[in-house]
This record gives sequence, structure tokens and C-alpha cells, in this order.
Amino acid sequence: MTDYTNTTSGNRGLVFEEPLIFELDSADSTGVDLDAPEHDMDRLGGLRRRGPVGLPGLSEPEVVRHYTRLSQKNYSIDTGFYPLGSCTMKHNPRLNEKMARLPGLGDIHPFQAESTVQGAYQLMDTLATWLKKLTGLPAVALSPAAGAHGELCGLMAIRAAHQAAGNDDRMVVLVPESAHGTNPATAAICGYSVESIPGNGNGRVDVDALTARLGPDIAAVMITNPNTCGLFENEAKVIADAVHAAGAYFYMDGANFNAIVGRVTLSELGVDAMHINLHKTFSTPHGGGGPGAGPTVLSDALAPFAPVPFLVHDANGLHMAEHAGDKDAPQSFGRMKGYHGQFGVFVRALSYMMSLGIDGLREASGDAVLNANYLRVRLSEELTPSYDGICMHEALFDDRFLKGTGVSTLDFAKSMIDEGFHPPTMYFPLVVHGALLMEPTETESKATLDQYCETVLALARKAKRGDAAEEFLSAPHLTPRRRLDETQAARKPVLRWKPEPLKHAAE
Amino acid sequence: MRYHPLTDADRSSMLATIGVESVDALFAELPAGEPSFDLPNQQSEINVERALNAFAKENLSCADAPSFLGAGNYRHHTPASLDHLIQRGEFLTAYTPYQPEISQGTLQTIYEFQSQVALMMDMEVANASMYDGATACAEAAAMACRVTKRSRVLMSGSVHPHYRDVTQTQLKHLVLDIECLSPDPIGIEDLIGRVDDSLSCVVVQNPGFFGHLVDLTPLSEACHAAGVLLVACVAEPVSLGLVTPPGAMGADIVVGEGQSLAGPASFGGPGVGLFATQERFVRQMPGRLCGETVDADGRRGFVLTLSTREQHIRREKATSNICTNSGLIALAFTIHMTLLGEAGFTRLAEVNHANAVTLANKLGAIKGVKVVPQAFFNEFSITLPKPAAAVAETLAQKGVLGGVPVSRFYPRYEELENVLLVTATELTTEGDMDLLVESLTEVLS
Repeated sequence: MTDYTNTTSGNRGLVFEEPLIFELDSADSTGVDLDAPEHDMDRLGGLRRRGPVGLPGLSEPEVVRHYTRLSQKNYSIDTGFYPLGSCTMKHNPRLNEKMARLPGLGDIHPFQAESTVQGAYQLMDTLATWLKKLTGLPAVALSPAAGAHGELCGLMAIRAAHQAAGNDDRMVVLVPESAHGTNPATAAICGYSVESIPGNGNGRVDVDALTARLGPDIAAVMITNPNTCGLFENEAKVIADAVHAAGAYFYMDGANFNAIVGRVTLSELGVDAMHINLHKTFSTPHGGGGPGAGPTVLSDALAPFAPVPFLVHDANGLHMAEHAGDKDAPQSFGRMKGYHGQFGVFVRALSYMMSLGIDGLREASGDAVLNANYLRVRLSEELTPSYDGICMHEALFDDRFLKGTGVSTLDFAKSMIDEGFHPPTMYFPLVVHGALLMEPTETESKATLDQYCETVLALARKAKRGDAAEEFLSAPHLTPRRRLDETQAARKPVLRWKPEPLKHAAE
Repeated sequence: MRYHPLTDADRSSMLATIGVESVDALFAELPAGEPSFDLPNQQSEINVERALNAFAKENLSCADAPSFLGAGNYRHHTPASLDHLIQRGEFLTAYTPYQPEISQGTLQTIYEFQSQVALMMDMEVANASMYDGATACAEAAAMACRVTKRSRVLMSGSVHPHYRDVTQTQLKHLVLDIECLSPDPIGIEDLIGRVDDSLSCVVVQNPGFFGHLVDLTPLSEACHAAGVLLVACVAEPVSLGLVTPPGAMGADIVVGEGQSLAGPASFGGPGVGLFATQERFVRQMPGRLCGETVDADGRRGFVLTLSTREQHIRREKATSNICTNSGLIALAFTIHMTLLGEAGFTRLAEVNHANAVTLANKLGAIKGVKVVPQAFFNEFSITLPKPAAAVAETLAQKGVLGGVPVSRFYPRYEELENVLLVTATELTTEGDMDLLVESLTEVLS
């Protein structure tokens, strides 16, 4: 058959080849016109820039087309099903975007006189109330900027509490082997050494191994719940009690809080601290990698050590306590973020929470878990689930079903791209071989799940047939780019565009 | 619930497939009993809009009052096309680009962002972003300790107090000693005399928190002679359109806050942390990096790279714990920089500086008011004959957001009580300036 896909332009219908902005440069063009200043009084103290910055010039239509074309090379929730495990790719309501852009919320400055931003303070206070009520913990630090930053908040508070109690010889944090990499990385920033706790063979923490390791050197235990295998740690309370009896604190990683919101309180689980990813559970957009927000709820024991800033009620309304060591924050461990936290994310999250309400949030966790179990059961027809029984919001499979086919987890995932689906999380968690972790979320219809299941089952059958390995190994075939050479990227890093003469000089 | 597509019929049929009786039965492993939450039920879009509008109305928006506020957050004009482009669902609702074949859009924009930031700072490489300027500053100091294998940090009084606080917090369990010099409103501190070979880095800011522009070259030379790295913070990147960038003055790591080019202040967050350094330090950098490569057909493409530095591979030995960063705000920054281009960026900086000089001249003519810095960009400190916090409050009551009192950051320094930070940008009109002069004169008389 004649190949008609090799076009002269390199474009393929709606799929455009798009150069870098530097390759679209036409010297003095600009998409922004400002009048020249009326005078040229210079108070730069001799520090005027010598020579150009080296930025390309483009007009507004060129810029709009460039970024529109680039956007079309992305897979997104708006485009299709995105079952990326542990990432909670649920629908992002546009009401939340609209609310964040109200001039009274978007166009306010962090250092306006406090009397002029009482509405912003009230909004933050309302968000804090929701988070405290949903978790059953008495305090929340709003300022952490993302999940990993929230972990840092929790562990910093734990270390401050140990220091205040004169227990600063506790220098070990226990983390299950299935944990996200941010857990050990965060513990290390707090000066702790990290020890890994094995699983029990059923995808959960080995409670005996954990309790056996508890002792006077343990500062804290960090456990993700539901865990990274998509399972509820049903002995969480037993673990918490043992941890407390040993004089340590129980940090719960709340990355998967979306599965249990409205169905349990953390006080019932014995939690001392947990971060909440507003960009997962409360649906603020991921934006291609952020921004997020990681408010961290704290128990009574840890609340006095919360980072600044935080709101306090006084005679004039709400006031921001901004200085660790002051009368409002005598034991605060300090400041971990500029200004007052991710306010724009708070607006979006509160808009989402108020839209759903407690009944809607319960429905959200219910439908998320229902959808995940539906995938688990239907896909088990051909795929190999890693653990038996009910899962929470995500279903974990391993690569046993691909054994002997010559097709790897990676190849299988890439072939799903050609079918129009975003692949699941691959090779994580590390505790099962060739993991495929699928999180459908509650905002997908049964029709979408059915189409996905039928497609994945058909792919699995094709792989098992044994005559199509090459098709998998070379997938994807229908994307703007085929598989990319990651080894070359790391071996000879090219991390920025350089003007031609510089390029030659470097070679 | 309008965001949940499943119908009751769907739920029944799916439960039958799974083989359980009810949705609640899926949660059998959770502690028994239904907790009570005392929270309201779902609401219509109309009602939620009303509720959030009520919060908004309690605030005085910078859109409704002449604003001279800065102190690390700056209000600039946002081109209409910028907000349109960052709201495209393909950018807004995508995750971190872990599957590069279907993320070339995000990846190429990150590559463009890294290239622009490196050019603006006059550095060799930049990363894909940090949370904000303050956390980027902390990461830079930590990186300097790794690179030099030393554990003392010296922070100048010119550095934004939040950057100083965050660095002290984040490094307190890692570093031997972080010395923060007293705030330096007049710009006379002696850093060079304090440089010695026990330091990992000296951290400065340019333009400084109080507005001063300083030639960092003598300091960088002193640092390098002692094997010390110079970390320079840029809280107002618009300055780089007119001012010599830190890279050209010998800085080894340059960090900054990109908010001022990315959009409205949004009460201080989310911002975007800028992080740039020299190529020889790249393996000690925190955060994501995007690199160029080729695909199976030999065509140019982009991927996340050098990830063996990062937490998902290196765990407790990672260069940072950062995972989610500020992707969308970095995109906004990049689109604005692309719209501006060389000519627009230079012009924007010129207009900012010209307006600030005009404002300084007008304010300096008021009896009892003194403009402190000799050299500045678009922000400068002034001293008043009375406490600045009360003055700012009174001005706000008159509908003028007249400046940021330094006592808000340094309540324990009595000598800073009368210092006000004042900013002019391209949005500041002559009329705004005259209103400030008139109101301030009235408040001070």
C-alpha cells in the first residue's frame, strides 16, 4: 500500500510540527506594545544591562498559534480517560477557575493592610474549617505548597515536638517499602535516617515487623493510607497505638485521602499529622505538573509547632500570625513558604468542596472506589491483579499476564496510547513486578470504563497470542512523537536552546 | 451531583459485576460506624458563586485602588491572550509529563521556559520550576552546601525576609550554621569582609529587599577566591529587562520568583520559583529538568531527564523532596515572556523604571519623606516621619494601597518602624502618583 503520510510540510492534518519560539524569531516583533517612557532618567547606578537578553520576538497571533499547537500535543483529562494511579486525574470544574479569577480574590496583594483583606482571611478560615471537620483533627497548616511540602511540614512539627520534649535522640523514621519516594526524601531533610518496613504479602504493612522495630530511637512512622497498592491499611489504628506507646508519632501520607473522604475521621485512626493534596482530592488542576497545595492537619500534640503563617481570631476580626516566636506562635517551627500559601489553589478547592458538600464528597469517594473495583473485576479476566479482594480507589496489576509474551509493562502501556487512553502508572509501587496502577476516579462514566476495559482486554489477548510482540515493542505509532530516547537525553544533556555561535563553541 | 456521571442504574449493574451488595460494602475494612461531619450538603453552581463572591466583596482589590505594593509580589499587566492560553484544557488538565509521546506540548513549553530563564539570568541552565522564590532560595543554599561540602550559609540583610525565614526553616536540620545579617535598609553591610573558606555560600538579592541595586562583581570575586558560591535572588524578574543579570556579575546559582511575569498576585500564591545555575553543577540541582532528544524516527523531541537526582529514584539520597512544582505558573511566565520578546521585555522594564523614578522624585519632595536607595529599579524604600504601618492603614482607608510597611516583616526592629516600600510599574499612572502624594501629604501633616 502506498504511504501517503509522508507530507512535504511534515504536518499530518491536524498534527503540526511546531518549532521552538527561538526558531520563530523575527527580530523586533513583539506581542505587547507599550508606549516609550516620556523621560529617560536613569537611577540604575551604572548597572544597566549591556547587550541583549537574547529573547526571540513574535507577534501575538504567532504566539497564540504556537502555544495552541503545543497544547494539542498533550493528553489531558478534558481530552480523554486518564487512569494514572496515585495521581487522581478527576474532572476539573471550570467554576473553580472562574472563582479564582474574581478580582476580589485573584487581584489582591499579600501585604495589603489586613483590614482590606478580611474576605480572603475568611475564605482561608472556611477552608481550614472544612479540612478540620473532614479529618477530625483540631488544627491545619495551610501554607505547604504540595504533597511533599506537606510531608515536610508534618515531619518538621514532629521533630520540633520531640525537641521540645527533650527526645531529640530519636533519629529514625520508619517507612513501608511501598512508599512514594517523597517520604524518605522528606525524612532526610529533617535530618532523619530512614528504615524500610516490609509488606505482609497481602499488599499491606507487616505490622509485626513494624512493631518489632519500634523503640527509643524511632521518631515517627509514615504510612500512606489507603496505601500505594490501593489497599486500606486495616490495622492503621493498631499501628498508631503501638507507635504512640513507643513514644513516636504517626504520620499518615494523605495522597490517597480521596478514597476515604467522608467515610472515616483520622482521629479514629490515631493520626498525628497528614497532608491533603488539594490538587488531587479536591480537584484543583494539575496544570502539567502543578501548582498544588498540601495543607497539613495536625493533632493536639503537634498543633503548637505548626508553621507560620496562620490565622488567629482577635478583636478586629482575623489576623495573620506571621512570626515564629511571637506571642501568637511561641513554639512554631518557622516559615516554610513565602506569603500565605497557595491562595489561588485554596479558592478552587473551597469552590469544589462547597459544590459537592459532605453528601457529594461521600458520593465521590464511593464512586471512585466503585469504579476502581469495576476495573479490577473486569480486567481480571485477562490481567493479573496483584492482590485478592476489594481495593480502594485504584486497582493494581502486575506483569504476570505478560509472562512469555515478549511484551513488557512499558510496551503494553505504550500500546494503550495508540488506543486513545492515557496509560496507568507504570512500575510503581515497586513492591510488585511490572506494576500497572489504575485510578479511574469518580468523574468517569460506565460507558468510558467499559470501552477502556474492552480495549485493554483485547490488547492483553493480542499480547498473549504471541504473534504481535513487534507491534507492542514499537508502540505508540499514532502520536506526534514515537518513543523517545531517554538514554541519550541523560547521557548528553541538552537542557536549553542556545544561539548558533554558542552551540559551535560548545562542540 | 453534577460532576459524577454514574447513575443509580450504573451503580447497581457495576455492583452486580463486582459481586457486592452496596457501595458502602466496599468500605467494609474501614472502622465501623458512620462519622458525623457537621458540614453542608451539595450546592448549585449559582449558590457557590454567590458564596465566593461574598468573600471577594470583603476585600479591596488592587483593580479598584491605585496600588504601590511590592515586597516580592508585583502587579503587572497580563495580556489577554495569556490567560486564554493557560486555560486551554490540554495544558490545564494534564499531569506531569511522564508519558512523553503524549506530553510534547508541556515538555516543549518547559524547555522554552528553561531556555528563557537561563537567558534572563545569564546562566547556563535552569530547571522546570520550584514552588516559589523563597523555597527556591532554600534549595539553592542546600545545593551550595552539597557542591562545596561545607555547611555554613551567610544571608545578606538585602534578602527578602520570607526567603531568609524559609531557608532557615528548611535547612535547620541539615546545615551547621545559617547566619542572617541584620536587615540592611541603607545598603551598607560588609559582606566581602565576612567571606571565608568555611562558608558554602553567600546569599544576596538584587534588586535588594529595600530596593538597592548593587554590583555583585566584587563580592563574587571574593567568594570565588575562597571557594564560596554566590547565590543571588531576583524577586522582581522584570528588572532583568534593564539591569545587569546576576550571571553576568559572577553568581553561581540564581533563584527568583516568577509571579510578577506570570499573572496577578493571587494573595501571594501560587507563584513560581526560578532556579538557574552553571552546567557543571547540574547533577546537584533540585527539581525536574527537561532535555532534548530524538524519537524512534529520529525527530527532535523532549523528555524529563537526569531524574536519578530526584526522589522517585533516589529516595532519601535525592537532591530534594520536590515532586509537584509550579507547572502552570511556569507556563504563564513563558507565554508572557514569549509575547514580550526582546523588544517588549526591554520596554516593559524601561517603563517600570521611568515610572519609579518619577514617583521617587514626587515622594521625595514631600516634607519629611526621604527616598533611601540611590540606585533602584521599580521599587524603593522611603522613610516617613511616623510609623509606616499606621500610615499604610490610613492610606488604605482612603482607597490607596500606598506601600508595604517594613515593620510587617521586622516587627522587632524599631529603627525600621518608619520605613515604607513603594513600587511603581507600567500600570501606575501620573494620576495614581498624584493621588498617593496628595493622600500621603495629608496623612503626614
